[in-house]
Amino acid sequence: MPEFFYPNEAVLEWDSLIVIYPYITGLVAGAFIVSSLYHVFGLTRLQPVARFSLLVSLAFLLVCPLPLLLHLGRPERALEMFLRPNLLSAMSGFGYIWLTYLLIVVAETWLVFRADIVRGIESSSQLRRTVYSLLSLGIRDLSETALTGDKKLVRLFALVGIPAACLLHGYVGFIFGAVKANPWWSTPLMPIIFLVSAIVSGIALLMALYVVAMKIRRKPLDHDCLHFLALWLGGLLTVALALEGLEVLTMYYESEESWGAISELIVGRLAISYFGIQFLLGSIVPILLLGSLEITRVRETVSARLRFLASILVLVGVFAMRWNVVIGGQLLSKSLRGVGNYTPPLFGEGSVVMAGALLLLPFLILAVMSFTVSPWQPQTQPTVDLADRWPRFSPGRSS
Amino acid sequence: MNTDISRREFIKFAGIGLLGAPVLMRGLSGVIENALGPWQAVQPQRSPALPNWQFIVDIKKCIGCGQCVKACKVENDVPPEPQYNRTWIERYSIDSLEEARVESYVPNINFNGSQHLSNTHNGNITKSFFVPKLCNQCQRPPCVQVCPVGATYSTAEGIVLVNRKACVGCRYCIQACPYGARFLDPRLRVADKCTWCYHRIVRGLLPACVEVCPTGARVFGDLNDPESPLHKIIAAETLGVLKPDVGTEPKVYYIGLERGVR
Repeated sequence: MPEFFYPNEAVLEWDSLIVIYPYITGLVAGAFIVSSLYHVFGLTRLQPVARFSLLVSLAFLLVCPLPLLLHLGRPERALEMFLRPNLLSAMSGFGYIWLTYLLIVVAETWLVFRADIVRGIESSSQLRRTVYSLLSLGIRDLSETALTGDKKLVRLFALVGIPAACLLHGYVGFIFGAVKANPWWSTPLMPIIFLVSAIVSGIALLMALYVVAMKIRRKPLDHDCLHFLALWLGGLLTVALALEGLEVLTMYYESEESWGAISELIVGRLAISYFGIQFLLGSIVPILLLGSLEITRVRETVSARLRFLASILVLVGVFAMRWNVVIGGQLLSKSLRGVGNYTPPLFGEGSVVMAGALLLLPFLILAVMSFTVSPWQPQTQPTVDLADRWPRFSPGRSS
Repeated sequence: MNTDISRREFIKFAGIGLLGAPVLMRGLSGVIENALGPWQAVQPQRSPALPNWQFIVDIKKCIGCGQCVKACKVENDVPPEPQYNRTWIERYSIDSLEEARVESYVPNINFNGSQHLSNTHNGNITKSFFVPKLCNQCQRPPCVQVCPVGATYSTAEGIVLVNRKACVGCRYCIQACPYGARFLDPRLRVADKCTWCYHRIVRGLLPACVEVCPTGARVFGDLNDPESPLHKIIAAETLGVLKPDVGTEPKVYYIGLERGVR
């Protein structure tokens, strides 16, 4: 049967830039949740990456609006969304949610690194002195009371940041999940799937970056920390896989009018990126990998490599998931009589190069930030004293 | 820090709280009402003084000549390329009732008047018909709901328009339209769509596509006008709308709507 598309569907409107947008916000939310697990819930095994995860979150958060801005037909009118929003539109919330979240992350990051910044003012180089003075915002109080106050505030921001992170990414899922015109998007599960896969991707990113950073710094890995991250990754990845599987299983079982086209989409056009990468390579293989590491005894260096591999696979898998949602949904004709084809252009608007550059940008920002305030030196007595007031979920590193 | 408060203070604060809360709630509900103001635009609302424009398409009369598409492109300065359309025609060819074989076509308008109509069909055609498409001017328009800046809006008469000076070109409305009726104008980089020729109908003229239709397959009118041809058709014909299940409440009604037409 010949395929049919509404004539206006010949243009794919949301391109690679809109694919990397939920990918980036997901990484932000995930990395932030890790830092909050440490700061709020006192999971001290995460201490080696606690400060780093905040910087990762901030670096990606700063880049987050860029793909959206560059994608707009009239980017010069972007601020209109702030100034005269239609509050019925889910999209109009982006600026507010992003800004609120940015304030929280910036405030928390500043407080966490404040002591280091103030100490940096005494450094020998003139440039560094100036930079640190500016970063300190003129607040140089490092007394016991001030530091305790800092810790309390960090904890508060880390706590408030959790719902904000969930909102930021749940909202992205809502943008797609609430489009009733598109049967591949329109499911109430969408925000939840986005949220869980966001946390998964953030943890995976931290694991991968942590291993790479330690390699660059030629410092030994804290295997206990990596193991702990891997446990969280494996657990949440299982939840994500279950949700994504249930979503498609329900669609298949209900077999509504749209199922013919949807099955054409996932079995035909998207088979490799959907079943191959999103499910098999990006979810099932890492789960098996991480799971088998829990029941077998291997040398720490081997397990670290395998965990690194698993985290890379997850990062690729989550990217494929974003692609399958954003691009996949648009390949499906709303006439339900056709499934289109899309290969992103190499250069120009919405191209591979443009999206790739935007994805690289947060890593550059992260490098600059890590150079300015090192996330690695051990924090002077982490917030354990505060965390002690809360029930401990982890037996700590003594076990 | 001394956190003890005396009973007197407690009573004072509690009193202020109790009295203040309703005032605050009143204020808050006002704020919320204001914030949700645009919802009014999405809800069907109609002043009896305004025209109640409706559109009827008679599938049985359409011959697929494409004059309407051409007229629309000229009248509204729609980009000539085939992927930009405010209105178009689909051709359905049905083999048998079990397998509703559907083949559709868009008149490829090039302005010397010739059209390309594929004729590759070699099966048994039980029946064939044309379905003109245009904006349904939904009473619950999802495009208006999702527009982040309110550039897409419903006029008081219930016509959905795009304010080209406000549109940011995010294309959420294009995603939200279940009918594929919208596109991004490549020249202005803002959303564009059929307006039922709003600039004409407010002057009492017919939409361009209705004006040129040689068979009268497109009927436009004001339900508040007792002389309108709509009344007779509504009384005599069975009318259907496209995708009624999505709850958009279209104002384009079809006569002879075959199953499988989406």
